Amino acid sequence: MGRYIIQRIVLTIPTIFAISIVSFVIIQLPPGDFLTAYITTLESGGQVVDQAQIDALRNQYGLGEPVHIQYLKWISRTLVGDFGYSFQWQRPVSELIGERMLMTIILSVASLLLVWAISLPIGIYSAVKQYSPGDYFFTFISFIGLGIPNFLLALVLMWWAYSYLGMSVGGLFSQQYADAPWSLARVLDLLAHLWIPAIVLAVGGIAGLIRIMRANLLDELPRLYVTTARAKGMKEGRLVLKYPVRVALNPFVSTIGWTLPGLVSGSIIVSVVLNLPTTGPMLLTALQSQDMYLAGAILLLLSVLTVIGTLISDILLAWLDPRIRFN
Amino acid sequence: MLRRILGRGQPVAAGVPAATAEPTQPLETETEKHDYAVASEWELMWYKFKRHRLALICGVVVLLLYVVAAFVEFIAPYNPEAQNPAAAYQAPTRVHFVDAEGNFHLQPFVYGTTSQRNPDTFELEFVEDTSVIHPLQLFVRGDSYRMWGLFDANLHLFGVEDPNVRLYLLGADRQGRDMFSRIVHGTRISMSIGLVGVVMSFVIGIVVGGISGYFGGTVDLVVQRIIEFIRSMPTIPLWLGLAAALPADWSILQIYFAITVILSLIGWTGLAQVVRGRALALREEDFIMAARLSGTSRTRIIVRHMVPSFMSHIIAALTLAVPEMIIAETALSFLGLGLRYPAISWGVLLQEAQNLRSIALAPWLLAPGAMVVIAVLALNFFGDGLRDAADPYKR
Amino acid sequence: MQNQTVPSDSPLLELRDLRTGFALREGYVKAVDGASFSVARGETIGVVGESGCGKSITARTILRIAGTNDSELGGEALFRRRTRDGRPGEVVDLLKLAPNGREIRSIRGAEIAMIFQEPMTAFSPVHTIGNQIIEAIQLHHPVSKDEARATAIDMLRRVEMSNAERRIDAYPHQLSGGMRQRAMIAMALVCRPQLLLADEPTTALDVTTQAQILALIRQLKAELGMSVMMITHDLGVVAETAQNVAVMYLGKVVEYADVRALFHDPKHPYTQALLASIPKLGREAGARLHPVKGMVPSPFNRPRGCPFNTRCPKAMPGVCDVDMPGPTTIKPGHTVSCFLYGAGDTRTEAAQ
Repeated sequence: MGRYIIQRIVLTIPTIFAISIVSFVIIQLPPGDFLTAYITTLESGGQVVDQAQIDALRNQYGLGEPVHIQYLKWISRTLVGDFGYSFQWQRPVSELIGERMLMTIILSVASLLLVWAISLPIGIYSAVKQYSPGDYFFTFISFIGLGIPNFLLALVLMWWAYSYLGMSVGGLFSQQYADAPWSLARVLDLLAHLWIPAIVLAVGGIAGLIRIMRANLLDELPRLYVTTARAKGMKEGRLVLKYPVRVALNPFVSTIGWTLPGLVSGSIIVSVVLNLPTTGPMLLTALQSQDMYLAGAILLLLSVLTVIGTLISDILLAWLDPRIRFN
Repeated sequence: MLRRILGRGQPVAAGVPAATAEPTQPLETETEKHDYAVASEWELMWYKFKRHRLALICGVVVLLLYVVAAFVEFIAPYNPEAQNPAAAYQAPTRVHFVDAEGNFHLQPFVYGTTSQRNPDTFELEFVEDTSVIHPLQLFVRGDSYRMWGLFDANLHLFGVEDPNVRLYLLGADRQGRDMFSRIVHGTRISMSIGLVGVVMSFVIGIVVGGISGYFGGTVDLVVQRIIEFIRSMPTIPLWLGLAAALPADWSILQIYFAITVILSLIGWTGLAQVVRGRALALREEDFIMAARLSGTSRTRIIVRHMVPSFMSHIIAALTLAVPEMIIAETALSFLGLGLRYPAISWGVLLQEAQNLRSIALAPWLLAPGAMVVIAVLALNFFGDGLRDAADPYKR
Repeated sequence: MQNQTVPSDSPLLELRDLRTGFALREGYVKAVDGASFSVARGETIGVVGESGCGKSITARTILRIAGTNDSELGGEALFRRRTRDGRPGEVVDLLKLAPNGREIRSIRGAEIAMIFQEPMTAFSPVHTIGNQIIEAIQLHHPVSKDEARATAIDMLRRVEMSNAERRIDAYPHQLSGGMRQRAMIAMALVCRPQLLLADEPTTALDVTTQAQILALIRQLKAELGMSVMMITHDLGVVAETAQNVAVMYLGKVVEYADVRALFHDPKHPYTQALLASIPKLGREAGARLHPVKGMVPSPFNRPRGCPFNTRCPKAMPGVCDVDMPGPTTIKPGHTVSCFLYGAGDTRTEAAQ
């Protein structure tokens, strides 16, 4: 088990390296370097630009030097937690994204838990009662759920809550807690707001995982080991939960590899619609205003977090499945 | 993105019940007897596909959407850019069969509307003028347009003869433009971007996946690592990042192709995996082995033996990939990083709906979203039916 | 449930006209179509036939684990239960018990156990074999986990699993095929059942292991005093283990005899054909083996009359393809259902 974990961690290193390159390339894509854009912004705002300061910046980021040197400078500073400077916000990136990153993680993990908590029992029910009215109902619902992009769902929900309930469902905090320091009250306030975006985000995943759990369990139910357990005199309900569900759980857990990227992806756009203080809206404005260090840092961190999430799920999977653990 | 899930899912349950509800019934009813022994693979697929009512209906819907996409100028009653400040946020025009006097008309008709500002709220209010009946008619002359850039025309599928009476089937937007005409026009870009994007992904996917599956070994391992890598990244931030780098001064056409390229650069992995899976399975088949033993060249084996036998699966996978692209384009344009005015796509139209106050005032601004959902669901069910039918020998 | 007064030498299990049918999408399948034979206490009965003849379904029907609720059962399967102190108890008709109800579950595993052909897939891949054996014990005996574990280790030793204390914590994929089958047998016998249903227990194993497993079953049968229903397509296995043999074809028992009579004086053309298809010592060198010609007909498309008439070298047109012959007694303990020996003692099934 220990060896497997180490092996799996070592394997993520090249992935993270590749991610950093992709993020860097995206930073570099806009024509001209960001400093010129920055100076133009400042000058158009009527500010006087200090040439010495520009030169210092130019040197710090290695602008004008070969691309690979620029990359090395960027990545080596990133590795020690210095993500550069946001020209739009006039603040270091690391100061800006800390709490927003945390909110993104909280939102994604909450949705993930929701996805599992809902899709698992429904998937089991659908498989055990295959072709029952309940199965048809959930199958139909899950197909609809798969067809609705989550940002549309967020829009409709927002409109519905505003027009018919007279409430605004945006945001993750009530006004008095938005910038307050962390406290129990603030956490409770967060939880009170979190469930709506979490559900919106989870719908697609729930729909998908119901289908997967159902299919997996339908594959397992006719297997011989189920018959063996039945021949031992086990009760049907306990039998299903202990054996086929347990085996079907493995591919189910492994779906986290794409559920998580999907949720993180979705959280960006849902956050924009629902105006949540996650990295989503910040990434969007950073990209629109070519605030590339901020955008690059968010891209890099989101991807790395996803990779780490997948890594955790893989380790969980190995712990669940002895066939992986021992080979 | 979540479409991938279905790759491993069960066949559409909605198609199955007929066959299972009465298990003792013979497989085919008398009226529907087919000669399975002599039917070609495509015929078998068609027999099987026909049994999925829902997939069949959705197939028709998909076909209809593409017909609309081809003839937008003719089907839309108005020029999508025609503004009418007096009709800002006008509610959908009501289509009547019974007039103000209570008489029934076989031909549907509308009333003209007049707008006036409410002196208290300063909002525009619309009043139906019930004195004149304006029947809805087929093939009316209206705004002129240039069809496919080939010839000028002014014929529209339906509309109202009187140019002073505007028909707002799905209401009007902020500038009093007809939402229905705009949505019809949006069909062209939204539906085609999925198709073009999928074709592009498919080319990448089939080349990479086919190579990976056919050669196996190290090549396969490397390709699989790359695919895994791409799949482990959250797609929307990547799309956003790439789309943000597109120069602002590009033309609609350039942006359109750039967006499809971006979508397919990230979206090809799903197709590549389907192709690879099929290729790996096929490699073990006896007839491929027979071809190899008889000294057939690799290219010939791939082109003559492998491609035809997984064509059906590929078509199904392609159909299932189109809605992913449609959603992606809608999301990008909605966020303002995809297509921009003056291009019209469902995502661009939805930008109008970003503001909560505008939706509350004019909920019909969400109509393009409904179109996205209809298109995505139709393509999903259709694709699922195709995928089930792709294995004509499997039940 | 029925309480009958039966003589104490009555059989442990008596099947009377057992029928199992499945309503499938393709049509109705009569998987077992009137099987009657009985299993005496301490006896090993062989059930032979080609694949798809209803042997496995017969065994699963006895345990009521054949398919799901949509299977249709008919006839009787009278089983003499065991009282708590181990003496013969009341007789129940297994087919009349509620599916998955308390009573059938208290019989499964405890009084009738089953082992399967595929030891690989018969164990859950994600639980240790110990976990699965201990569970079998605790389902029927109110013992602590430690006691159950000790019993399980003891049982693993009895099936000659070396290093049982360690192997008990092994996962199925860590064991060889033979070891897995031993574990399977240990799990089946751990509650000392009265009857063991062995469904092709050696088919998936190599020849050496086959012989070991058969010897093991024979030995444990003697130690535990249980009866065994040995389901196999391999006449060699039958010759080695069984006292009596039921030959099945398309869900029917076509011949029933003691093993000596069956091998030396087979009556039914199907039995004769089966025997002709296996090599025999003392047969003339160079003599040809004769496979049973043709294929087992599709269960959806059963031939009219005697099910074997389409492949029978001695089929009598106008007779065999019209009616089903009933069982005819050749001598006590040897019955055959074939028109060559009469239309049957009890009845003709012309009405069917």
